Order: sequence, then C-alpha cells, then structure tokens
Amino acid sequence: MPTIIYIDHAGQRREIDVESGKTIMEGAVENGVPGIDADCGGVCSCATCHVYVESGAEQLPEQSALEREMLEFAVEVRETSRLSCRLAVDERHEGLVVRTPASQF
Amino acid sequence: MSAPGCVIVGGGQAAVQTALSLRQAGFRDPIAILCGEPAAPYQRPPLSKAYLAGEIDAERLAFRPRELYEKLGVDVREGAIAAAVDRAERRVALEDGTSLPYDALVLATGARPRPLGIAGEESERVHRLRTLADAKALRGRLRLGGRLVIVGGGYIGLEVAAVASKRGVRATIVEALPRLMSRVTGSEVAAFLTDVHRANGVEILTGAQASGLVREPDGGGVQLALADGRRVVADDVIVAVGVVPNVELAAACGLACEDGIVVDEHGRTSDPAIFAAGDCTSHPSALLGRRLRLESVHNAIEQGKAVARAVVGDLSEPYVQAPWFWSDQYDLKLQTVGLWSRADRTVVHGDPEARSFSVLYLDDDGVVAVDAVNAPREFLLARKLFAEHASGAIPLDAWFHALGDASPAAAVNTPAD
Repeated sequence: MPTIIYIDHAGQRREIDVESGKTIMEGAVENGVPGIDADCGGVCSCATCHVYVESGAEQLPEQSALEREMLEFAVEVRETSRLSCRLAVDERHEGLVVRTPASQF
Repeated sequence: MSAPGCVIVGGGQAAVQTALSLRQAGFRDPIAILCGEPAAPYQRPPLSKAYLAGEIDAERLAFRPRELYEKLGVDVREGAIAAAVDRAERRVALEDGTSLPYDALVLATGARPRPLGIAGEESERVHRLRTLADAKALRGRLRLGGRLVIVGGGYIGLEVAAVASKRGVRATIVEALPRLMSRVTGSEVAAFLTDVHRANGVEILTGAQASGLVREPDGGGVQLALADGRRVVADDVIVAVGVVPNVELAAACGLACEDGIVVDEHGRTSDPAIFAAGDCTSHPSALLGRRLRLESVHNAIEQGKAVARAVVGDLSEPYVQAPWFWSDQYDLKLQTVGLWSRADRTVVHGDPEARSFSVLYLDDDGVVAVDAVNAPREFLLARKLFAEHASGAIPLDAWFHALGDASPAAAVNTPAD
C-alpha cells in the first residue's frame, strides 16, 4: 500500500495510503482530496481526473492513445499531465507526488 | 441543540454531490441522506456496462467509503424512505413513522423505469435496469446460450445488448420507432451502431411495437407479442424504454412539477427552503430556450453543485453548461456534448469504417452538438468550445481551426432527422 502525496492548487499537502491496484483517482476520491472530480467514475470518459505528476512519473504505465487524445484538449495541459483514473499504483509508487489543478473544466 | 440542517431525499449521484459540495462550501449543520434503496450511494452507469458484464463487483460501485461520510459528518441512511413533506413545519416524514426537521430540503429522488403498459409485464423474467438489485438479477440471468429480448433501443438497451452478446447470450432488440436511439442521437450514429450490433450477432427489430408478454406454460421462457402479430421468444425480457421522474413527493406537497420538479438554474423550487437536483428535475435550458429534463451523470453533478451553492446563499454561478453523455459498447466509446435536437444538418468527420469518427450537428448559428465515436479529442474540444461559446453554438470554422484538421469544405452536409 504505497503512500501517494497529493498537493492541491492551494498548496495543501495530503499523504494518502492508496491500496495497491487502485488508481490515484480512487485514492483521491475515497479520501476527499479536492480537485479531482472523476465525473465518469474512472472509465476514461470525461477527463475530470486530470493531475500533474510532480515526481515518480517514470514508474507509471505509459499513456494509451485514448489518454493521450483525451488530454490534448483538457484544461491547462502540461508535460506532466496525466489522467489519474489510468494510474493504478503499487509498491513501486511509494512517495509519488501529484498536484491537482484548480479546476477540471 | 444543533440546527436542523439539510435533508437530502435520494441516494444517487445528485444526492452525494450535493452533500460533498455543501461541506466544501463550508456548510457546518447536519446533513442526512435518505437513500431510499437498501444500499449506500453507488454509481449507476456501470450497472449496464462493467458490472453487468461481471468485470467489477458491487463494492467498486460505491461513490465514497463509509468512513469518508462519517468524517464529513454526512448521515447516510440506507433504506430510509421519505413519505411526505410538511412545508409549513419544515419536516420530512419517513415511511418508518419517524420524521426529520430541515432548514433546507433537497429532492434528489431520481427516476424509475417507464413501464411498457402491456399485459404480463410483472414477472420475474421481465427485468428493468435502474437499481443495483435490478442489475444483480439481470446479471445472474445472462448465461451462455440464453436468449434475451431487449425492449427499447436507447442507451440502456444497446449497452445491455453489447454485454449480452459478449457473454454469449442471443439478444434481440425490439424498438417501436423506425430506428434506434431516436431520442438521443441522429441517424448517422444510429445507423453505425445498428451495423455494429448486427455484426455482433444482435438481432434488431425496428418499428416493432410490443403488445403483450406471456410466460410459456412449461415454466420456460417468455413470449413477447408484437402488434403486427409476430412473436419473439426468450428466456428473459428487459424493458428499457426510458424513465419517469419521481415527482410524487414534490407534487404531494404542492411544489410545481412539469415533467420533473420545476427548478431554476440554481436548483431552487417554488419553495425557498426546498431544492431539487438530478434526473427528477425540469430546469430552464438556455441552449433550447425551454425547460429540459436530463438523465445524466453530468446533470446530476452540476445541479448538485448548484444546489449546494444556493443552500449556502451563493447564486454567483448558475448551472448553464452544455450537457454531455457517454456510452460504452463493445470497443466503442460514444461521447456526446450538446443537444442535437436543435440541429437541421450534420457534418460527418472521420471514418465510420475505421470505427473512429464524429458527427457535428449544426443549425444556422454553428455546431450545437457533437457525437464522438472513439474520438476523444473531438469530445474534449467540444466541451472546451461549448464552455467558451455561451450561445451554445460553435462556428464551424472555429471548430476545424481548433481541431487543426482540414477545412469543412471537404465535409458533406446532410439533413439531420
């Protein structure tokens, strides 16, 4: 169960233990982390779980074509942008840091 | 003693969103969610997709873990059913004989499946798909080699057909209108999906009016009689012909209802202490210039947020967004933004043969809706551009410019139907 560090747009930092196999989106939603809406519930249909991966990105699964295309027109996309419903975590992701945007739309 | 606080009737997406948004807005009084169903609030969209297919279990459907509601001070009451509202006393009476006081009451009562209104509909072999219990019952009946008749060729009917076909069930869709998805999309996407379902072995009967249901005498299957005299035999039948908004509680206490509980763009009803959100509401649509009832996750979420703001007195941000919807069938992701019913012509962009294309719906002002089939860029672009164009119409050149694709001169305009 890795600890994932979520930093919201106001700079508040939360350390959350996310069950292995669950996604960074689920970790946020289940623990009330603001900034991730996850309207579609995690099926890559809405792009409202957009995050910036600040560190630990190299251990994450590569972007699928679907995720890449969804991100192209998301709000304030950066190099570090990912859709957190695509990011299942395990022990390799201990200490991974994500920043959540001010708004998903 | 603390203030009575906010009572939310219903345990769906709109109910949960209202409660969470109230806490985010700094609302400190008690919040109670009266779930109605004997389950903590759960997501409905997977009931006709991943849950029905057996890919995920019920535990994965919960919106939030129980501990989070406790931490936020949200009293989630499973199985609590509201029976009546006393507006003068500001109390909700429950079916169990107790009652709860409120300062703010939020009606998020949802909708229920529309009955066919034919004989034989009440049978354990005739299913509906709205609740987890419904989905569980249907899931248990989707067996290899089984036969399923799906009455209704809308989103739910087609999603069930896709799951059934994947599980080796022989599915037949019986649609009363001349084509599938008449209410929710144009003829191009409907024709494409018809072909896809047929290629996956789903039988599709259009213009077929169900007239009666008879259980076969040996305790076997069910016969669905059609108005033209044909009969379709199956082990099970699912009726998926739309929903009826649950307005009874609101109507009984004298709130204005008109194909839904009448609310304004902040989710306020005709009583200043009562709000409503989600599938049960009829709200003013700036895009259509009339009232609209939407059955969607997005509508439930955004109305829930608007209601939470209104409860704490913040009317700065009315709910006026372009609606969006999604559906997953086979390897197809269908994403829709806007309301196509306003359009009188279409532009098809991309290649339906390659299973990736979009349909733009236009009126004289521009693009008023977009259907994206395996075309997530177009979906996101539509959401972005509709947010920037308050009129609800995106000029066609602005669309293609933003997309960075060839000009619309290459595209074909056809009449929308």
